[in-house]
This record gives sequence, structure tokens and C-alpha cells, in this order.
Amino acid sequence: MGILPSIKMAWRSIRGNKLRSFLTMLGMIIGVSSVIVLVSIGRGSSEQVTSQINQLGTNLLTVNVMNSDEVKLTVEDANKFRELSGVKDIAPIVSGRVSVKQGAALAQVSLIGTTASYEAVRDVNVSSGRFLSDIDVEYRQKIVVLGATTAQTLFGFGDPVGQYVQIDGTSFKVVGVLASKGGSLGQSGDDVILMPLSTAQRLTKTMNIQTVYIQADKASDVNLVMVGAKRLLAHLFPNNEDSYSVFNQQDLMETVSSVADTMTLMLGGIAGISLLVGGIGIMNIMLVSVSERTKEIGIRKAIGAKRRHILLQFLVEAVVLSSCGGAIGVVLGFGVGQVLKSVMGMTISYSPSVSLLAFLFSLLVGVVFGVFPANKAAKLDPIQALRYE
Amino acid sequence: MLMIDIQEMTKTYRLGGETVHALRGISLQVKRGDFVAIVGPSGSGKSTLMNMIGCLDRPDSGSYRLDGKEVRTMKDDELAVIRNQKIGFVFQNFNLLSKLTALENVELPLIYRGMKVKERRTIAYECLEKVGLQERVHHLPNQLSGGQQQRVAIARALVGHPPILLADEPTGALDSKTSKEIMHIMKQLNEQGHTIVLITHDWEVAREAKRIVRIQDGELLEERGEFVGDSSIH
Repeated sequence: MGILPSIKMAWRSIRGNKLRSFLTMLGMIIGVSSVIVLVSIGRGSSEQVTSQINQLGTNLLTVNVMNSDEVKLTVEDANKFRELSGVKDIAPIVSGRVSVKQGAALAQVSLIGTTASYEAVRDVNVSSGRFLSDIDVEYRQKIVVLGATTAQTLFGFGDPVGQYVQIDGTSFKVVGVLASKGGSLGQSGDDVILMPLSTAQRLTKTMNIQTVYIQADKASDVNLVMVGAKRLLAHLFPNNEDSYSVFNQQDLMETVSSVADTMTLMLGGIAGISLLVGGIGIMNIMLVSVSERTKEIGIRKAIGAKRRHILLQFLVEAVVLSSCGGAIGVVLGFGVGQVLKSVMGMTISYSPSVSLLAFLFSLLVGVVFGVFPANKAAKLDPIQALRYE
Repeated sequence: MLMIDIQEMTKTYRLGGETVHALRGISLQVKRGDFVAIVGPSGSGKSTLMNMIGCLDRPDSGSYRLDGKEVRTMKDDELAVIRNQKIGFVFQNFNLLSKLTALENVELPLIYRGMKVKERRTIAYECLEKVGLQERVHHLPNQLSGGQQQRVAIARALVGHPPILLADEPTGALDSKTSKEIMHIMKQLNEQGHTIVLITHDWEVAREAKRIVRIQDGELLEERGEFVGDSSIH
């Protein structure tokens, strides 16, 4: 007996018990679709984070001061990084959080006090007006450049350039608006306000630099610059390694993507367990089916069915059941992914290989959990089976 | 030419800790084209004998040659092939598969033979025609009367052209009128050359056969018919 008639026969028996078959399949459907959805979400967020980090530039290093009581990094210190070999430019940052007022509009934003070189180092662009210039820093000008979101919050769709905003009761002239860049790692790149370093130092009443962005000449120089920067910091602040950190985007990216990969694997694993549970459901129903159809097995055997005919019949039935569930699960998984994408705005990245794997796994589950009941059916004694009522 | 040649066949099995001697050294010969009725009350061992003749079970000792082949030493799958090719079963309660149509039920033995769809469909249809059910080929068993169901079962038994037709109480679940119809078909088939072994407890039915064999307490007590001399009928 060929495979095709067996599949047809299995399909008939599955259709003969629609509700039961559907409930059995449900285990597979949920298993496969959750594998697909969870892995898609995991991959989506991983890709999102990676692309955000990439946006920052791969030849960028960041020096962060975590403990500003111990490590007081001055502008002069920061400028020493510029002298290291392989460094193209640096941008020192004084940061804080301020509330900005414009008429009735109020916005809580991150303050970034920096120099003109920030534009090149962080690769930002102004969509209108101009960026900060060296002369602004020198003369401690009360001017600001608004991030895209900040500008929209304060001025709506009007042009903010040339207008004034209030920070802590002081008026600042808006000279430019940044083009939207998207956020990364909890800090929105658009929800900011930029002002000259010297102005920010006065506003936040601190002389300390919290962050220095260092741009290397090329990506291959990053490690060289990193070593140099660490040596310089060790020289400036001996025995204080815990108070500052130097990292580059590649390290960060590797860390983040390994975390994301672990998360994806974990999500996939949990979903995989539900596939296994679905398989047990199939085995359960196949065992019921075998005992229900003992008489049928007896008749078939009396008519001349060999063991393998009966084995194949029940095995094919289990596999058809599980693979139908798997196929519906794949469709459902993609559907749910689309819904999450369009309704909840999540980043979804489908993985064809994982989807295929989940489907094949459902097939495998059908075979593995189908063998035991099918074997039980095949081994039935025809006389006993015929007498069974 | 002997179709069935049973020599000194014994079979015991254990039932609830007790050993039951179902067959105690039975010998039976059936010629090709014969029509034998095996009669006996329940518990006489006739079901066991029918399982033996039908190759559903193997004897403990003695020999059973079916169409010249020794059955006792065969493996399960070999027995399945023998059942498929040499024996057509007709059961008391029809034993049709309820989810398959009449035609599909009749096709079943040919499926296990590995025959192509078209071929087996044609043969199955011809067999249903032979038992007068050409109008009902696509009906499910529960849409047919008892007599019609038994005729489907006979068609299924015939479809593989087995040399032996083994009928176990074929009229047991039917009223007397349909019983007569079924027995009429049986007789016709015998006239066409089929060897028929009929197992029953009903002497009325047994009388239709050419030859009657009585079984009691696991032994064949007497035989009547043209093969072995004559004897009175109880």
C-alpha cells in the first residue's frame, strides 16, 4: 500500500472526528506558532538594537565617567584625548536633564552641552538652521539646537529657528533643529536639547565632563585608540579604574547581540516545550483511537493486512495530524507576527529557517509520538481484536 | 485435490488459569469445490476450528495444509498473506468498516495486495454486481439493510478470488427470509466452483451444504455427505 492512499485514509479518519482532531492539533498549532512568533520578536528586537548601535558609527569610542566625585574630568583633560594617535576628533559632553518652556508648552529633555565637533563625531545633521560653532562655546552663547522631538513638542509644526525657549528662567535662542535620528539603548536621540559646552557647564553648575566621544580615524584604529585612552585615563586618575569606562560600539554590539541571541534561544526553547506537550496530546489521542478501533484493526488483519500496513496506517495518521497542526501553526505564527507588527508597532523579523525547523519538528513529533500507539495497534492479536466490541 | 488437509490438530489455551482443550486431535479433509458445514453448539470448539482454518491462529500440534502449503510453521506476516490470497471471510455480524462505502469495503483486500486503484475499483464493482448491489456501491454500511450488508461482506470475501470461502454463522444476524437469500448466494457460488466452509449451530442452514461435519467437545464426531458415508441428522 502506497503512502498517498495511506494519507487519504488518515485524512478521512481525521475528518471523521473533526472536533477531537482539532483539539489535538491545537497543541501543535500553539506550539509551532509560538515558536515562530517568539523567535521573530527576539530576532526583531536584536536587529533593532544592532542597527541602532551601528547608526552611532563603528569607529566611535565612548569614555564614560560613572563616579564624578572621584574622577573629575575637565575640558583640558578631555582635549588630551585628541593628541592620542589614531584619533580624528573628540566631543566632550556635559549632560543633565532640564525642563524647557516655550509659551505654554513644556518638555522634559536631556541636555547635552558639547562642542562643534559633536556634529561630525556623532554624525548628526541639522534639518534647519545651523549647529553649534566653536565661537558659541568660546563666548558662552545662550543658544540651543533642538532635537527633532523636542522641536515638535515645543513648537508643533512651526519653524523654531530664531525663536526663544526658557530653561530655568533664562531665555535661549534656537539656532537649529536636528534631523530625526531615532533612539538607542534608552536614550532617545531626538528627545534632546543641545547647547554650547560652556553654557551647559554654567547651567548645570558643574565643570566636570561626564562623557567624551572619541572618533577614530578608521574602524581598524579603534583598538589602538582604546588602549591609548585607557592609558591616558589611568595616568590622569590612578587607581580609579572602577570610576570610568571606555567602550567601543563593536564591543557593545557584541554584548547586546549575544544577550539578544540568548533571549531568542530561551523564548524558542520555551515554545519548543509546548511543541513537546502537543506531541504528548497526539500520542494520547492516538492511543484512544487505537483502542476505539480495535475491531477495525481485527477486520483489517483478517482480510490480510500485515503488521506494517497497520503500523503505517496509524503512524501516517499521527503524522498527518501533527503536520496539519504544524502547517496551521506556521500560518498562524506569521499572522500573529503581522498583527503585532501593525497593531503594536513591534519590530518583527521572521526567520524562514526557524519556521521550517518548527514545522519539521512538528512532523518529527508526529513520528516519535505516533510510533508507540501505531506499534500497539500493529501487534494486536487478530482473534482478540475481532472479538472486541 | 485436497483444499484443506488437517491432521491430528490440537489446540489448548489458558482461560482464567484453566487449561481449555479446544481441539483434541481433529482431522478434516475438504476437496476443492466442496461445500462443508461444520455444526456444533457453543463451546464445542468450532470457533477455534474456524480460526485455525482461517489462518488467524496456529495449532499446537498436528498439521494443517492449505492448498498444499503447511500453515503451522508460518510467521504472522506470512499468515496475513495467506488470509489475503487464499481465504475469503464472511462473518456473523458482517464486520464491515463503518466509515468506508460498500465499494471501498470490497476493495480493501486488494489494497493490501498492492493493486492499482483503477484495477481494483473495476474488480470490486464487478463483485458487488455479482451479489446484486450495483445500485448501492457508494452507500455506507449503516445505510444498508442486514442482508445487503452481508452481501457486501460476501463481495469483499470474493474480490480476491480466494479458493476458500469461510463463513462463520453468515445468517446468524439475519431474519429467515434474508437468510434464505444469503444461503442461495452461497449455493450459487459453490456451483460456480468456490470451496465453501460454513460454520453454524443451525441445522437448517447446515442442511444446505453438500456435507455436514459435527464438532463437539473439541472432537469431530461424525460426518455426513457424499464424501464420507451417510449418517442420521439430529
